Amino acid sequence: MAELLRVENLRTQFHTDSGLVKAVDGISYHIEEQEIIGLVGESGCGKSVSQLSVMQLISAPGKIASGQVIFKGQDLLQFEANGPEMRSVRGAKIAMIFQEPMTSLNPVLTINQQLTEMLELHLGMSGMAARERAIELLALVGIPSAQSRIDDYPHQFSGGMRQRVMIATALSCNPEILIADEPTTALDVTTQAQLLELMKDMVERFNTSLVIVTHNLGVVARYAQRIYIMYAGRIVEEGTTKDIFGDPRHPYTIGLLKCIPRLDEEEGRKLVPIEGLPPNLINMPPTCAFLPRCSYKTERCSREPWPPLTHHYGQHYVSCYVNTKEKICEPAAK
Amino acid sequence: MVEKQTSGIDFSEAPVPVSEWRRFRRVFFERKLVMFGLIVLLLLVIAAIFAPLLAPYNPIKGDLADSLQPPSSKHLLGTDIQGRDILSRLIFGSRTALAVGFLTVAIAGICGVTLGLIAGYFGGVVNMVIMRTMDALMGFPMLLLALVIAALLGSGLQNVIIALSVATLPGYARVMHGLTLSVRENDYILAQRAMGAGNIRAMFNHILPNALPPMIVLITLQLGALILAEAALSFLGIGINPPTPAWGAMVADGYRYLSSRPWLSFAPGVVIMLVVFAFNLVGDGLRDALDPRLRGLL
Repeated sequence: MAELLRVENLRTQFHTDSGLVKAVDGISYHIEEQEIIGLVGESGCGKSVSQLSVMQLISAPGKIASGQVIFKGQDLLQFEANGPEMRSVRGAKIAMIFQEPMTSLNPVLTINQQLTEMLELHLGMSGMAARERAIELLALVGIPSAQSRIDDYPHQFSGGMRQRVMIATALSCNPEILIADEPTTALDVTTQAQLLELMKDMVERFNTSLVIVTHNLGVVARYAQRIYIMYAGRIVEEGTTKDIFGDPRHPYTIGLLKCIPRLDEEEGRKLVPIEGLPPNLINMPPTCAFLPRCSYKTERCSREPWPPLTHHYGQHYVSCYVNTKEKICEPAAK
Repeated sequence: MVEKQTSGIDFSEAPVPVSEWRRFRRVFFERKLVMFGLIVLLLLVIAAIFAPLLAPYNPIKGDLADSLQPPSSKHLLGTDIQGRDILSRLIFGSRTALAVGFLTVAIAGICGVTLGLIAGYFGGVVNMVIMRTMDALMGFPMLLLALVIAALLGSGLQNVIIALSVATLPGYARVMHGLTLSVRENDYILAQRAMGAGNIRAMFNHILPNALPPMIVLITLQLGALILAEAALSFLGIGINPPTPAWGAMVADGYRYLSSRPWLSFAPGVVIMLVVFAFNLVGDGLRDALDPRLRGLL
């Protein structure tokens, strides 16, 4: 598989009154053709900002400080944020779905108007042809009687159906990468499962690569081929899904896995929360940001700067001085 | 295209469509006062369109022999000093009133909304320059500003429209600016931009339609105020040039005979009051019908 997008050392900062917030602090990742990757981290770790940076949709006081976003050999950050080149990438080459389906559709325009707008903008379709295609797309994402629902307004759709419409909109111009920013967070669990399944089917059908941004490891476990774990604006661990779930090395990843109940575990394991709070991104210490919450820390951790992402084996990279190897399903001590 | 369902779950989750139009009809058309306002406005528009057919006499040339006649079967509302039929002049005056009202609202509305939209959307220096200019304009009372502009440019229909447009423009800009600031932050604007929509598209296709209901209400309420302002300017003699019939000028003409022949001022005065009242009633009705916060209450 050929590499489609490579993000190199991306830094996005927010200049606020209380100081410089390094929301994304030098992350690098890549995605290959028709690959599904997961970007996992807790609220405020910079995962959404990193994706908005790729699309150059960061607004003041945010600023992309440095880095490269190489899409098919072309650095997207060289384009002007609102220039025609960048606009022709958005939607047509890289599309994005947002967290809140209830507010991601314009309430005063019909579904038809919103769907055909993209077809007109990027593919130059018009009138009936665009409408036909829009109906086709709606049917494809599982909206029943798409023919009659296309002239409805968003408020006539439920949350799950709106997210289906968003998926249809995002895929309407056959993009090469679909970024789904917490696509299922606002939905109930059964709808979540249906939508994830739908997204997987759709990206297979459209030969699209998919970036799933989520705070829920369970969401990516089934679909992603590779997973990036983010903490405080950096990637702390990356690897194949098997690596992350079978052999987690970073204390944060271990912590995340420890607090998820599993069906296949032996009885009696206690769910262990990660103690403490995520760090304040203003005035970060030079040491590892996870240090205050880490239960594996050594003396070296508080002495040396944030450990670089180091290669372990295969595609497995970890940013930690301690070579933690813990059995996740191990029953907690008495 | 085959309909693809990803699970066996039934999609009957769609909420029952609630007809916004039905609510609008109930709140707007079933109120007696609003209906009264609508009927007055309808009569006004009919009078303006069919003025030559409805008016019994020439509104400009009177018969001096018939000067200052009291209301009679020949002249329903009497005649003025030059012997012109008051009713005919009132009917033709509706053209002036509506022309000033609608043209001013169109010019001030389009300019004000565009400026407010640009200022709110782009923010920063653009916002600073536009909105501070609007604030400065707003510092003057509307009528005073219109008076100054009309005095500078001279009287006449065109200049009255320009003067009133400049005077009312900041109001639209201000309201639109506020609306833009709140609509702009919605996820669907970001979603549209993420799909490749440019600034112009985001502003005019997505923000503007969301801001329209309050703007419609503002425009309707402004129409009444503008007709009143035009009457005031004409009353002060810097509005419409005589002999073009204008209600305000008619009130002023009759002013000298107020004690002996009160109908001269009374008739146009009542018409002005009725029309402004009607615009306000309709504006209030529209506000109640379009205000989402009153959903369920009304």
